[in-house]
Amino acid sequence: MLNARISVPAVARRGEILTIKTLVSHPMETGFRRDAMNQRIPRNILTEFVCRLDDELVFRVDLHPAISANPYLAFHLRATRSGTLWFLWRDQNGEVTTERRELQVND
Amino acid sequence: MTERRAALLLAVLSAVALPLLCAAQLRTDAQVFEDLPAAARELPAARSGYHYQSEEIQALQDDDFANPAMLWVDRGRVLWRQVAGSEPSCEQCHGEAQSLRGAAVRYPQYDAGVGRLLNLEGRINQCRTERQGLEALAYESDALLSLTALVSHQSRGLPIDVSIDGAAQAYFEEGRRYFYTRRGQMNLACYHCHQLNAGRYLRGDRLSQGQATGYPIYRLDWQTLGSLHRRLRFCNTGVRAEPFAFGDPAYVSLELFLAWRARGLPWEAPAVRR
Repeated sequence: MLNARISVPAVARRGEILTIKTLVSHPMETGFRRDAMNQRIPRNILTEFVCRLDDELVFRVDLHPAISANPYLAFHLRATRSGTLWFLWRDQNGEVTTERRELQVND
Repeated sequence: MTERRAALLLAVLSAVALPLLCAAQLRTDAQVFEDLPAAARELPAARSGYHYQSEEIQALQDDDFANPAMLWVDRGRVLWRQVAGSEPSCEQCHGEAQSLRGAAVRYPQYDAGVGRLLNLEGRINQCRTERQGLEALAYESDALLSLTALVSHQSRGLPIDVSIDGAAQAYFEEGRRYFYTRRGQMNLACYHCHQLNAGRYLRGDRLSQGQATGYPIYRLDWQTLGSLHRRLRFCNTGVRAEPFAFGDPAYVSLELFLAWRARGLPWEAPAVRR
């Protein structure tokens, strides 16, 4: 499990545009660098980030070696209904880190 | 007869010259410091490295959510509560981490029990081995960086205030001598860049005053959090000098001098630098 930071407003008004911010600890090793012994450092990256509101996909990114370490991803979401926001990071070996936040939308 | 005279002459010469030579070598650090040109001795108005960063990097440091160093502070909070075996966790003795507000700005500090100068990393490891019965954490390990970041973060905003009196004075002098000693293939001392040329450009980068105000720091260059000793090793390598090991007493002494030099500046940990 990676160490993740997520910022979601706990309460929102219906129709409001929210900023969701995420930060996750990951080296994002490109696979192109070499160590002091000139051995290639193996690639170790996250390949995918997904955010769903219950079952509905709201945001998805494919990540590549050019992304810096500890990726910070922020995006916008229109608050249409209350629900659970699911966050998922998948690394190149298929291992996943998941987090959830409750979102309450009032009229 | 001539041989004898030559031997006598040599004896007389060495009797006179040797003490002179030794006297030259045994000048105290304070005397060495006094011999420096005034421009090198006078400290400029202290200015944090923050001022030498781009607006974007300053914004990254100021945003407690986006500041990537906060990932380590979070992890430090987990380790703070972690209990290993029958030994107490950090929390069981200290309570919340906030109780250590003000600690980071007073380190390095002389510890009479250990008999040497300890920096924050050294203090955490001393606490682990003596009070928690745990093994010392490796310098620059993720765990030690995380705990240091957590403790250091508590003092944010407080002015740096180290003591250089009493037993700490010898370490202070040693640190100051390090700062003013030329080293490496480039034959540069710390003050050549960080005092005489602070604010000027070194190729594409502006030289800072070398004020250590927010360690451990997240350096974009490293893509990770690093200690002051990592930064010092990086500096040493830059002037093509042999770097010391992490936690080396020479670096801890230098850390004390740097803290005294930055006295009064507000603590920023965890800082972000380019």
